[in-house]
Amino acid sequence: MSIPIETVRHVAALARLHVDEATLPALTEQLSNILNLVNQLNELDTQDVVPMSHAVDMPTPERPDIVVNTQRKEALLANAPDVAQGHFQVPKIIE
Amino acid sequence: MTLVQAASLLRTRQISAQELTTAFLERIQRLNPIINAFITVDHEGAMQAAKQADARLNNGTATPMTGIPIGVKDLFCTENLTTTCGSKMLAQFRPPYESTVTRKLKEAGAVILGKTNMDEFAMGSSNETSFFGPVKNPWDISRIPGGSSGGSAAALAAQLALATIGSDTGGSIRQPAALTGITGLKPTYGRVSRSGMIAFASSLDQAGPMAWSAADAAMVLHTIAGYDPLDSTSIQADVPDYVNALATRMDGIRIGIPTEYRPDNLNAEIQKALTEAEQTFRDLGASLVPISLPHTRYAIPTYYIIAPAEASSNLARYDGIRFGYRCDDPKDLKDMYTRSRNEGFGAEVKRRIMLGTYVLSSGYYDAYYRKAQKVRRLIADDFHQAFQHVDLILTPTTPTTAFPLGDKIDDPIAMYLSDLFTISVNLAGLPAMSIPCGADQLGLPIGMQMIAPILKEDKLLSAAHAFQTATPWHQRKPEP
Amino acid sequence: MSHDPLYEMVIGLEVHAQMRTRSKIFCGCSTTFGAEANTQICPVCAAFPGVLPVLNTELVQMAIKTGLAVHGKIREKSEFSRKNYFYPDLPAGYQISQFELPIIEQGELTIERDDGSHKRIGITRIHMEVDAGKSLHEGIQGASWIDLNRTGTPLLEIVSEPDLSTPQEAGAYLKKLRAILRYLQVCDGNMEEGSLRCDANVSVRRHGHTKLGTRTELKNLNSIRNVMRAIEYEANRQIDILESGGSIVQETRLWDANINASRPMRNKEEAHDYRYFPEPDLPPLVITQQRIDAVAQHLPELPDAKRQRFVRDLGLSEYDAGVLTATREMAMFFEESVQQGAHPKTAANWISVELLGRLNRENLEIEQSKVSPNHLGRLITLIQNNEISGKIAKQVFDIMFETGANPETIVQEHGLKQVSDTGAIESIIAQVLADNPQQVQQYREGKTKVMGFLVGQVMKATQGKANPTAVNAILQDKLTG
Ligand SMILES: [Mg+2]
Ligand SMILES: [Zn+2]
Repeated sequence: MSIPIETVRHVAALARLHVDEATLPALTEQLSNILNLVNQLNELDTQDVVPMSHAVDMPTPERPDIVVNTQRKEALLANAPDVAQGHFQVPKIIE
Repeated sequence: MTLVQAASLLRTRQISAQELTTAFLERIQRLNPIINAFITVDHEGAMQAAKQADARLNNGTATPMTGIPIGVKDLFCTENLTTTCGSKMLAQFRPPYESTVTRKLKEAGAVILGKTNMDEFAMGSSNETSFFGPVKNPWDISRIPGGSSGGSAAALAAQLALATIGSDTGGSIRQPAALTGITGLKPTYGRVSRSGMIAFASSLDQAGPMAWSAADAAMVLHTIAGYDPLDSTSIQADVPDYVNALATRMDGIRIGIPTEYRPDNLNAEIQKALTEAEQTFRDLGASLVPISLPHTRYAIPTYYIIAPAEASSNLARYDGIRFGYRCDDPKDLKDMYTRSRNEGFGAEVKRRIMLGTYVLSSGYYDAYYRKAQKVRRLIADDFHQAFQHVDLILTPTTPTTAFPLGDKIDDPIAMYLSDLFTISVNLAGLPAMSIPCGADQLGLPIGMQMIAPILKEDKLLSAAHAFQTATPWHQRKPEP
Repeated sequence: MSHDPLYEMVIGLEVHAQMRTRSKIFCGCSTTFGAEANTQICPVCAAFPGVLPVLNTELVQMAIKTGLAVHGKIREKSEFSRKNYFYPDLPAGYQISQFELPIIEQGELTIERDDGSHKRIGITRIHMEVDAGKSLHEGIQGASWIDLNRTGTPLLEIVSEPDLSTPQEAGAYLKKLRAILRYLQVCDGNMEEGSLRCDANVSVRRHGHTKLGTRTELKNLNSIRNVMRAIEYEANRQIDILESGGSIVQETRLWDANINASRPMRNKEEAHDYRYFPEPDLPPLVITQQRIDAVAQHLPELPDAKRQRFVRDLGLSEYDAGVLTATREMAMFFEESVQQGAHPKTAANWISVELLGRLNRENLEIEQSKVSPNHLGRLITLIQNNEISGKIAKQVFDIMFETGANPETIVQEHGLKQVSDTGAIESIIAQVLADNPQQVQQYREGKTKVMGFLVGQVMKATQGKANPTAVNAILQDKLTG
């Protein structure tokens, strides 16, 4: 099975990755090969199997509704590539 | 010198933590340019910690880990110390918070020498995908050390630390441990907190110790294990005294030998080493039981759906807004996203994001992701069945010994297959460890894997310790 | 504006209600509204590398309460999922939400239509999710700013069945839902501030057709009025398109309240593909029957039950009971007044006529009333005990409304206490009869209507303080005797 190049373009757009046209065929082939590998799962009948999302079967813990006010604005902005007046700054969002 | 021996010297004040730390820092300075095991060496922080350790050793508030120089894989966030995850994306990232694992180590008085190299975002089995260059195997610097915790493994093999911390999503502790001749333990999923450990595949990732011996690993695990209210997937169970649980005999222990892990084409030297190890276990009093784990061959396909799917979502936060790499002069928002991510991530990371995005996308979810989750249960059930009859399972850790740098880097599937024996364990959430059990003709280390039921790390460590009491393999070190 | 009678509307509402927890859904940051930008954030809600979510127990309690209040099924095991999309105010690149296994399913609530009839509206599901941050655009040259304070605020998303058929029904549904959330004290219900948000899915079809038409989703509806107007507008727009032979495009449209029209959202991501999958960082949420029972035991009386009780036990009319249970605050006001000994019907009248009348004129909410329920109850008791007349009571009420003083003090200070002393009244009556011989004559000739005039004269002479019952009885006596 080989996936269409168009699909790879679409997936790249969904993942917010830019794929060079030049590398597209090679990437498409690699992804197709990996998908062929994973398609082996179709050999198994899993009709009645309950999907397993977590390695260990346990309920989620809950924490008390307590405010832990860290007030660490400066530290949390320190790694940002572009900051303006206490905000994270990005190119204009057009709605 | 092992961690246990060093701890004893520190405790009796025959050596100071500062002397010990200085010695390791000097060795790192000398050898790291060759091995490339560390991305960041924290001279200042390490000496500071050593000084504090000496104070604790003097005033009687020391723990067995106080003053022990260690290395930590560069995906554990360390407050104000650069944490790169092996990626250009995070090359400048200084976390404003501490991972639970490093916090516990620091509280115990361990000295963190620096952050060890790794495959980018822990995606890789050879440590060649690191933005900071490949790590070399100290046994033969033309070969890979394994991955993704290759820096943590190589640092130990080159004696640049007394213990290191790795993480294991599909074999990333055990595989490099095997290829560098050290002891590596992947605990039960949820035994060690993931808080502050940069995520690759959330339902599979688990931190664990890498060390020279099972006894050393037991000490480190005891320090980092336990429930953490900051991690909803961490298990609420007491931490046993792993060190005290170590035994030298294995009477009454039943060890399962799964037929699926001895394929006909298995490397003959590895086959031979395993056969010898089996005899050692018999000599120690254990009995060997043939078992079957029938869904083994589906582990790699299952893993390569689940792990990339989770990763594609986990890595969405790298958008160049709050932290991490941002491209120059983005012309609009979309350009900022795509170029920042394109330039910030390496090829393997992008490949897995693409794969994960694809298997989750509309129309494919049931065929891939849900299917994989179902097979995951079948794989886990195989183990639960087996553990009705045996206490431990013994397998090879890797299909081959360390391969040459560049050998598989352009062939993703060949690379993925090097995790053949380790991946099922992550899918099932079980604890497992790799310990040295031989060497090939070139003198390269061979590792064997032992797998235990959930939360039975003590059984695992005990068996490994018994084996290491009876054999010299873990004491073999590469030429300096 | 009304729509073509050949068509019917099919409307479903998706309501996002901010839950009034103190801290955020998965971290300890405060949820207070209006703080300085990016001061209420931490590595968890700002989605820094490696940090993990831990669920706020109070949110679970609130979700259970809400589920019980709308007679929904509470799942023993529900599951969190990730909804993946890129947007600058969504720091993780995914929203933690619930998808396949939401905490509540199959609820319902009953609305009252304009003609007084009742209609059951199904609630498909209620699930927990995180709110996003805010993007700021105005006045910023060539850039947008991100404030993550709101990121991680807990939301309940409440999804109705497409059971609503008119904008009025949609309005009634929203009012009812908001009342329930406020009764439960889980949400402020403030649509202007955004603590309650509503999106509407609207389609139209010819009467008698069963197949659903293509729907559009309306956003940015920040008041109940706007929800109703936007639906009306959208239905007409769709009908016009269909009537002129066109077809409806499935799209998201933004309502612009300034021009009373909607427009398609620009630049909305190429076809959405949210790639939902179970959140690996959160094991399933397991809720025991004991926990549900414990919440049920402490559930407050809700609007419908209260209304029925007011009619059944307190003798109120359906209408009064409806008015007095419209909000939790109103019902509490009424009940507290009655607790002071006020007769329920009298209290109902005073609240719905006098108090609400004044409050409406001054544009105040009942919570802002200077007249406390306790004082109003005592005022009514004064009337009941013949200490003041109803007329005087209105004067007293006016002073209470302005000053918030208690009725007894006002009566005392202004000398408004009713005169019930028959001796005193008799002498005033004698005076009045003497001053008005003509009217007395007319009465005796059978023109009993002048009685009212004479009573009025007595009241005037006493500045309204005479007990009207006593005045009537004595006058009657004197005139016929
Ligand atoms: Mg929603
Ligand atoms: Zn927070």
